[in-house]
Order: sequence, then C-alpha cells, then structure tokens
Amino acid sequence: MFSDFLYLLRQSGLKISMTEWMALCEGLDKGLHGATFSGFYYLCRAVLVKSETDFDRFDRCFLHYFKDVPFEQEVSQELMDWLDRPDAPMGIYDAQQAELNEMLSETEIERMFHERMDEQKEQHNCGNYWVGTHGMSIFGNSGLSPVGIRVGGDGASKRAFRVAGERRFRDFRGDNTLDTRQFQVALRHLRQFSGLVDLPPTEFDVDNTIKDTCDGGGTLKVRYKRPRKNTVKVLLLMDSGGSMEYYSQLCSALFQAVSKTRHFKDLKVFYFHNCIYSRLYNEPSLLHTQTTPTDWVLNNIPSDYKVIFVGDAQMAPHELVTGFAYQNGQGESVRRSGLAWLELFRNRHRHAIWLNPSDRPTWGEYWTRTYDAIEALFPMFPLTVDGLEEGMKKLLVR
Amino acid sequence: MSQTFKGSQDYVASQELMGAVNIAMVLQKPLLIKGEPGTGKTVLAEAIAKSLGKELIIWNIKSTTKAQDGLYVYDVVQRLYDSQFGEGGVDNIEKYVKLGKLGEAFTSEQQLILLIDEIDKADLEFPNDLLWELDRMEFHIPETGRTVTAKHRPIVVITSNAEKELPDAFLRRCVFHYIEFPGEELMSEIVRVHFPALDSHLLQQVLAAFYRIRALPQIKKKPSTSEIIDWIQALVHGGFDPDKIVQEVPHLGVLLKKNEDIEAMRRSWR
Repeated sequence: MFSDFLYLLRQSGLKISMTEWMALCEGLDKGLHGATFSGFYYLCRAVLVKSETDFDRFDRCFLHYFKDVPFEQEVSQELMDWLDRPDAPMGIYDAQQAELNEMLSETEIERMFHERMDEQKEQHNCGNYWVGTHGMSIFGNSGLSPVGIRVGGDGASKRAFRVAGERRFRDFRGDNTLDTRQFQVALRHLRQFSGLVDLPPTEFDVDNTIKDTCDGGGTLKVRYKRPRKNTVKVLLLMDSGGSMEYYSQLCSALFQAVSKTRHFKDLKVFYFHNCIYSRLYNEPSLLHTQTTPTDWVLNNIPSDYKVIFVGDAQMAPHELVTGFAYQNGQGESVRRSGLAWLELFRNRHRHAIWLNPSDRPTWGEYWTRTYDAIEALFPMFPLTVDGLEEGMKKLLVR
Repeated sequence: MSQTFKGSQDYVASQELMGAVNIAMVLQKPLLIKGEPGTGKTVLAEAIAKSLGKELIIWNIKSTTKAQDGLYVYDVVQRLYDSQFGEGGVDNIEKYVKLGKLGEAFTSEQQLILLIDEIDKADLEFPNDLLWELDRMEFHIPETGRTVTAKHRPIVVITSNAEKELPDAFLRRCVFHYIEFPGEELMSEIVRVHFPALDSHLLQQVLAAFYRIRALPQIKKKPSTSEIIDWIQALVHGGFDPDKIVQEVPHLGVLLKKNEDIEAMRRSWR
C-alpha cells in the first residue's frame, strides 16, 4: 500500500527490517493510529525507529513521502470553502500584531486554533483574529503573520507536519559532533578479547569448579579458565596548536574519553604540530624540552598497537612534502618529508586511522592538497559519533 | 486487549508516550524507553502498573547481571550441602531451581508488568541472550527438563540510558520511545501532581528560573525533573520569597551538581 515508504526509509539509512514493517501493518490493522494523521506518525515512529539519533532522518523521510496527503480532519468543509479565496484583497501589515504573534508558542497557537474552530461561524478574511486569508491572523492562508498554522489554500496544511516539520531531534543526530560521554560510548567498540587459545588457563573458574565438584558428589575438583581481557593497545597521535585551536574543545573531549576508557591494555599519547616530523611532543603545549624522537616511537612501540591520528590534515603543502633535516641514529643528517614519516607509520602499523575534526575544505586547491594526500594514506573519518564508530570498526578488521 | 494506558494520578505522561505504551501493549512487544536522566523512565512502569491495576516486577540490571539470572538459578551449592548433611529431598532437583524475575513473571497467575531497568548496564551480549525468551515468552530448564511458558504474556518495559548500544536484533523486536524533556506547560502539570497546594506565583518563578538555567549553554549537567521537584521542596521548606527566586536562585546545590556548572551559572546570571 505504501511500501515505497519502507524503501525510502531504508534508502535514507534507517535499517528497517520486515519484522518491524509487519509490526506496523499489524498496528494499523488494529487501529492503533486512531484514524488520525498524527497518530499514524507516532505509530510509525515508535515501531520503525529505534534510536533518537534517527528521529530526524525519519522526520525528513516522513515529510518527503507524505507531503501530498491532504489535510482534512478537524477542519470543516465550510471553513475550507471560506478559505478558498485567492482573490481576496491583501490585508494591511501590522508590525505590532506580527510581534505579538511571534511571541506565541506552538502549543498556544494550536490551542487558540481549536477555540476559533468552535467559535467561527462565517467567513473572515484580511483580519487578525479569525481563521481567514490575507490577514494578520495566525490561522488561515496567504496571510502576513510571521508564524501560525496554515489552513487551506494551495499548500493544504498538514498538521502532523507541525510535529515532523519542526525537526526537533536534529541535535540528536549521530553525525553531530559530540561530548566526552558519547566519545566513551563509541570507544567501547574498540575491544578485542584475548583469544581463548593464546593464553594459559590461569584464572580460577568458580562456576565450573563448583559444578564439577557437585557432579563428582562432593570431591573437590579445581578448574581454571583462560582470562578474558581486552588486548587492544592504542597509540594516539594528536595534532595540536595552529589551525587545530578551533577544535581544541572537541579534541580535549576525545582525549579525556580515551584516557578515561580503562579497557585498553595500553595507551600511549603523543602530540605533533601540523604533521609528524623527527620529534613528537609529550605534552599538548608542544614544549621543545619534552619530546620523544619519532624514530624511537617507530622502533619501540610494537606494530600491533592501533594508531589513531587526530588532525585537520590541512597545512601548507610544503610542510607535508618538503620536510626538515634531522640527525638520525647514526649521526647522519637526513631530510625526510612529513609524508614520508607518515608512510613509515603506515607501513609499521597495520591498523591506523585518521580522525578529522574538519570537513574537506571546499574552497581553494591549497588546503585540499594535503588533505587529499593524507586521506590517500590513511582511512580518514570525521570526528563525530558515527565517524568514530566507523573508525573503531576499521581498526578491528583483521 | 481492552485496557489502555492514560497516565496515572501521580504520573503525567505526554500524548506520545501514552500512544507508545498502548502500541506496545497491543502489538505485544517490549517497550524500550530512552531519555535524559530524570525524565521518569523507571517511574513509568510503576504508573502503568498502577493505572492498569496490575502487579509490577522490577528486574534491576547491574554490570554483573547475566541473562540466566533472570530465568532461573540452579543452587548446586545448597544441594551439595544438603547431600553432605543428610537433608532430605536431594534427589528432587526442582527444589534447587529458583526462578529469576523473568521466570517469576512467566509463572504468575495474572498478567503483570515486568520492568527491566537500565538494560544497558549489563554486558554487551546481554540483550541478545534474552531474544528468544522475550519473543516466545518461554524458556527451558535442562536440569529438570521443564519448560517454563508464560501463562499470561507480561507487559515488558525496558529502560536504557544509552550507555551501550543495544544490538539490532534486539531493537527490531521492541517498540521504541524517547522521553523528551518536558516543556514548561507539561512541567507545571508534573509539579502540580507532586505539590497540589503550591502557590502558582512561586511555581511560575521556579519554572522561569529553571528553564533559564537549562538554556545556559555552559551548563554541562542540566538539571532534570527530579531536581526541580527537590528544589521546590527545599524552597517551600525554607519559605523563600517567590519574587527573589529568579534573581537569587537559592539552594542552587540542589539543581546543579557540578562545581564548574555552579560557577558558570553564577558568572552568566545577572
């Protein structure tokens, strides 16, 4: 009957299965929508959408799909006839009334609307009180009021859309940037339990000891099991200073979340400025006295560490491709570009991602060049809930 | 099912919430409730139980809770003791099988409300382990060979604080509702339920101050319904002058629980 709606929702990224669709049909069959359009909207939402982060997506699809459904309930045909007056002269704009109207809340307007419906007995156009056209009133169509409920006219108002159209759940969308707690939730995806084979059974297994002892009629039989621990080790490399200042709050939220997440087996954090060169900073303040040679990090941190870069990947191209000379372990002076350093990391660590708080620049070739070069090197994800989750999944792929 | 939920005397539910509760009851699916802390997720189950006149069973989930705990526990240790000290009835395994909350709800003679509170506290796999039981409303006890089937399908309400993502397969079987933070109008209704004799001028001032605090972008932990109720209690108890509430915001510690929030509020309040 309206199965296209299902496909539209699925297309927009909502994972709706047949189970849910059948539940909706059953609900409609049992009259749960109460024969109203708003009821239908809430029924659909309750059954089909399973997270407040998807409400906004659902609202948009709903608006899109049902935008042509005529709105007829609650408004009598008589009133609709009165309102069908595209020829009525335009009323006078009243700034004071407009201001008053703007102060009304949605619920107030709706309540007043119901009152008017009961009171109104004839046609009233160009005014500021009744439901009518071309006036300052908050109800009707072709009017001048900045806010209000549209009734009749070309657009044929749909009251359910007052709800859907508000898009109140925009802030809950998963692709919004986020706070510490949400980061922590996303980081929990990053866990990989020690395989059951690669560790000796050293942990005392209470349950099985009791069970086996009881099965043996009371003869003590001690059992051990292999410990189940998260084996994920993380090397976090964060860009600091310069263009990253804009995102400092976001990055500190991520940092706090990562350091609070205790389930990593090990966590090492270093900082860099713009790109990675011969030295990594120990503190975000980028003090030259507290640094670690990048060579040391590359040689001493085992390759099974999962590497997370955080940076906007935007710098002057020469900062990425030219690089600076430095003294290597043998005391020779070597010139190595930022890109080459990054390649060293990529070659050593199989699992590495780049989280970017900034979008790809839309203007100018200058900043996009380094962005694209780094994106070609590492899988890049936006620093949002969704992005972080995607990134965590990427880090876990064997 | 002819009964419908219309809120109760001391629980004010929005139209949408009542709709969701009724949808879940008719479709016989668990109702999953999410929402900001303090918006009355847990109290909802009590309200449903009260308004339908049914008994409520609460299964509080903790980080160590396993799905098995809700079904039944086979008390082997007790059996061992009994066998060693020569107690009678050791052969009767049934005696050592103790039903959990879910088992209790299944075996009840009347239909009742089962609240699975804060399901996200448990292990990631927890909801998956309950799929079959919630779907079929039955489980099997291998030790005794008994199958426990629900005599009356309980109305299941599940709350979550979104600390962990719930598995898709589980979500697919639920009816979902997100309790939004109540607007000023609904809030005054809620407060009225708790303080029927409250002076309306005081209420107005309290709400004005409360929503202004919530609207401050610097506040990290926004005060919620339970906090406004406590605050009013404190104000009424202290006999504070209603006209000074918005200006001075007394007993601020009841509303804001973080040091930096209190400081941020003091700075931006004029």
